[in-house]
Amino acid sequence: MTKTEQDNRRAQRKAAMAVLAQSEAAEISARLSAMALPDHKTLREPENGLVMVRGRIGGDGAPFNVGEATVSRAAVLLSTGQVGFGYTLGHDHEKARLIALCDAMAQTDTFADAVEAEVIAPLRTAMAARRSQEAAETAATRVDFYTMVRGEG
Amino acid sequence: MYVAVKGGERAIENAHRLLAHERRGDREVPELTLAQISEQLALGVDRVMAEGSLYDRELAALAIKQARGDLIEAIFLVRAFRATLPRFGTSEPVDTGRMQIRRRISATFKDIPGGQILGPTFDYTHRLLDPQLAEGFVPAQPASGEVSQAETPRVTDILAHDGLIEPSPQAEAEAPVGDLTREPLSFPADRDLRLQNLARADEGFLLALGYSTQRGYGRNHPFAGEIRFGEVDVEFFAEDAGFAVPLGAIELTECQMVNQFKGSATEPPCFTRGYGLAFGQSERKTMSMALVDRSLRARELGEEVRAPAQDEEFVMSHSDNVQATGFVEHLKLPHYVDFQSELGLLRKLRQEFAEANASESLKEAAE
Repeated sequence: MTKTEQDNRRAQRKAAMAVLAQSEAAEISARLSAMALPDHKTLREPENGLVMVRGRIGGDGAPFNVGEATVSRAAVLLSTGQVGFGYTLGHDHEKARLIALCDAMAQTDTFADAVEAEVIAPLRTAMAARRSQEAAETAATRVDFYTMVRGEG
Repeated sequence: MYVAVKGGERAIENAHRLLAHERRGDREVPELTLAQISEQLALGVDRVMAEGSLYDRELAALAIKQARGDLIEAIFLVRAFRATLPRFGTSEPVDTGRMQIRRRISATFKDIPGGQILGPTFDYTHRLLDPQLAEGFVPAQPASGEVSQAETPRVTDILAHDGLIEPSPQAEAEAPVGDLTREPLSFPADRDLRLQNLARADEGFLLALGYSTQRGYGRNHPFAGEIRFGEVDVEFFAEDAGFAVPLGAIELTECQMVNQFKGSATEPPCFTRGYGLAFGQSERKTMSMALVDRSLRARELGEEVRAPAQDEEFVMSHSDNVQATGFVEHLKLPHYVDFQSELGLLRKLRQEFAEANASESLKEAAE
């Protein structure tokens, strides 16, 4: 695999992880169970831990620690050798495992297209719909303030 | 000092049983679910996440339920829970400039690029109790508007274009970031540590301090340059995967206070800044935080330190409500030995006083 191909695959994996992390475990599970899955085993048992969330002073300056967030993670190994990683905010072992399985599948030539079409794409559509609904509700609260000149009239 | 006392195990067990019973309340009334707390008492959940310093809505809701709605007790529970988990590492710094905005207002410019967006706010409500909410109220679906594709730059970025405001302090890429959960506080403390402390500080304490700066105890001359609330994506560099993996999104509130000037013989005057950032929709908290962040910069900006809100040791040592409640509430634990020795001392003092008075009156009688 060339460097560009590797970069592309990594970008695809990352984009898939972003969708999966923002979906419910039940949604991912329902989509996965409707397709043929490769032989796999759990490489790292799901576990819960913390990630310290950083912000930046003034929004764009030096970093500082805002507070921690709970994170679940897991790793899955396919019988064909690919290792998938699952990370998600919250404390949901099953969700971390499902993300890891999707990530492993996304690295195979056999399953990459199927997992993208059957799992990631519909979840991405649902996520985009949620976001645009929120954006539309928010947009309805846009306000135009008029300045009333004081002491006149 | 308090000392361990033996005995009372049965009474303690029964007290906790009674607590569990009282927590449940009237058993004819349906039990609260965590989803109900998380959805319908969302701002209480946000506060517990911010001050518990742990972003997890479900755990915060559980803590509120367990604490019977006592938010400081809930924050205590969350802090204790976090101590049981391993830390995987630190996130990449979040970019609030790329927030999916739910609310964004500026008190300094009415026409900001991207617009003023009120979002879900108590502002402009009449603060009249609404009897409709007592039972069975079904609100109308929210209105829909046309989504603008315009960028929503931070108001401070707009001011920065003309050099009218100081830039945010920068750091070397690999410079260590202070973490008060790892090292005990020491003074003077840098701004990164101060902001971490303020981000998890008690909202009431920060509100009072921020208010004190407005009333003249450490004058800031603040304007709310911008307040924004919404979702921000979080990424974490995972060693095993070998790249920064997306973890999902968290809700954050950010406040940029614009304050009166600094300048010198060599630098033209410009506005100064105070910054607030906290988990959830925490507007009062982040506004207060930004006021106190600015007042704590007195030393750096060469201002005279005269007010409590400018004294970093005072502020940072008393801002944590878990520490504060621990020390105040420990007074109710058995202090029998201490008290016995004080009682002994007082009896001795009173006896000396009585003897002195007695000899005094004997002397007077003799004269």
